[in-house]
Amino acid sequence: MFTRRTFLGAVSATAVVAATGVARAADKLYIPLISKGFQHQFWQAVKAGADKAAKEFGVDVTFEGPDTEAQVDKQIDMLSAALAKHPAAIGFAALDSQAAIPLLKKAQEVKIPVIAFDSGVDSDIPVATCSTDNVAAAALAADKMAELIGGEGKIALVVHDQTSRTGIDRRDGFVNQVKAKYPKIQIVDIQYGAGDQLQSTEIAKSIITANPDIKGFFGANEGSAIGVINGVKESGKSGIVIIGYDSGKVQKQAITDGVMAGAITQNPVGIGYETVKAAIAAIKGEAVTKHIDTGFYWYDKTNITDPKIAAVLYD
Amino acid sequence: MSNMQATTESVQKDNAGAALKRRFDGAQQKLLAFASLIVLVLVFTFASPNFMQTSNVLAILQATSVNGILAVAATLVIITGGIDLSVGTLMTFTAITAGVFLTYWGLPLPIGILAAIGAGVLCGLISGTIISKMKVPPFIATLGMMLILKGLSLVISGTKPIYFNSTPSFPVISTGSIIGDIIPSVPVPNGVLVLFAVAALASYILGRTVLGRYCFALGSNEEAARLSGVNVDAWKISIYALSGGICGIAGLVIASRLNSAQPALGQGYELDAIAAVVIGGTSLSGGRGTILGTVIGALIMSVLLNGLRILSMPQEWQTVVTGSIIIAAVYADMIRKKKA
Repeated sequence: MFTRRTFLGAVSATAVVAATGVARAADKLYIPLISKGFQHQFWQAVKAGADKAAKEFGVDVTFEGPDTEAQVDKQIDMLSAALAKHPAAIGFAALDSQAAIPLLKKAQEVKIPVIAFDSGVDSDIPVATCSTDNVAAAALAADKMAELIGGEGKIALVVHDQTSRTGIDRRDGFVNQVKAKYPKIQIVDIQYGAGDQLQSTEIAKSIITANPDIKGFFGANEGSAIGVINGVKESGKSGIVIIGYDSGKVQKQAITDGVMAGAITQNPVGIGYETVKAAIAAIKGEAVTKHIDTGFYWYDKTNITDPKIAAVLYD
Repeated sequence: MSNMQATTESVQKDNAGAALKRRFDGAQQKLLAFASLIVLVLVFTFASPNFMQTSNVLAILQATSVNGILAVAATLVIITGGIDLSVGTLMTFTAITAGVFLTYWGLPLPIGILAAIGAGVLCGLISGTIISKMKVPPFIATLGMMLILKGLSLVISGTKPIYFNSTPSFPVISTGSIIGDIIPSVPVPNGVLVLFAVAALASYILGRTVLGRYCFALGSNEEAARLSGVNVDAWKISIYALSGGICGIAGLVIASRLNSAQPALGQGYELDAIAAVVIGGTSLSGGRGTILGTVIGALIMSVLLNGLRILSMPQEWQTVVTGSIIIAAVYADMIRKKKA
């Protein structure tokens, strides 16, 4: 009994030794970022940007997010643990604005400035929001699509979901631009594949089966775009114009190989960087711009190695 | 004659001894789990001044409530020697049911609560029937149920969260605080009280009722129970239904906490619940387990996660540590059983 208890104790002690090894110094400003995700390359790029700002301005930053974008309650738990650490400011990318409001109010009460990033929070609590203008970015994708298919024909969209802000904005930004400017382009289908590569592959294939004369696809996030690439490949069709979103190894390779025409990239590194920068400004009581547009770019075979573009792409 | 009498006596003594030992075993396991919990709490308190604040302790309890209730539901089924992989998505399904009754149909709160629990009981009845009457193994039956309920939640909600803004008293179930109304300095969220109430009820059922006794009997030796004339199927179905009803309560607590029923949430939560159950010393092969152990197991998991976050341990390492602790806890239990 005693040995077992000591054994468990030893395990916990090891854990804590490991933890304190990385614990932060107490005298620096501490800014936790609670993200929507953690393991996707996109979020790792946001983290890299935040770390870069942390180094540059001499502050401590931690970065956490739930395993999937459905786990609203786990994100709330992360936010409350972050608040318990009495941070100087908090960066927050809400999975569900409403669910987080009570905790954000608590932060406001104790005067911890909140910076929203990636997508906004439906509330006036955040002092700033650092995000991509997804509507404008998707409209640019629509313009490129029209240009590449010659202004007419059938196209389809594979989107990650119809509930998140980014899903809605990218879909509507694309669809509305097509409706307004390119009457000869027909959007035959809009399907949702949860950003899952395999699901999106099956979706793309079935759309091709249903519409053999389809001329183009827009994949609204990394997983959807990779799914479209796979689906088109597996169906054996050639000459279909694929436009993607974000980057990652697979998309970059597909663009270099000419399988994908091009993609919109956000500036995830910039999102992380600007969030931390805005947080520091807010802590110091400086004026902060309410909406910080972190920018987006169109990239294709011709400019993928351009240093300005290459800097915001991730593997 | 006297010889025989002696044998009978010694057998009786043995039985009594075995019962005593079983009781001691259970107590020892709870003690072991409880000791680990205390060690964890002490270590984190020592490591960071931010850990032992009232608000953080309440946050830990709040974070335990949903997983704790699901783990209680899973414990009942696991003691029968079964497994329930559908607890997470069943929780979601019942939350959506509450959303449909309260927000879509505008019915009063008590009806919404009954509907959620009723939906849970109904799903449990279905799982139990598939397992006992159709002889589909519990792992497969509840795996199927997990997917069916995940899909139905998405279908019914139209894949959008259902908000409870039209039922202003709904968040009280989880985030309100009856205790805080009396003692304002310790606003223990109601969701935590719900967990304790559910645990007390389940503990009473296991320890003091026929249903509880058959729960252990099924897990120890189902065939023996059947041969001694126990209506095995009926009792098994009842336990799955009870477990389903408890998942319904978890659905209400999480929906109330988030003030919304989130249709895509739930998958993966069954594994957290099962982890809490095994850390608490319940045997996955059935016939042995306690609710108190499970609640301690759930507390260990959330204390660990919260403490590692408070120490700003990188997230990838948090996962590694959590996994190691689960294995260590169950391994310690195995050694104890082998020696006993």
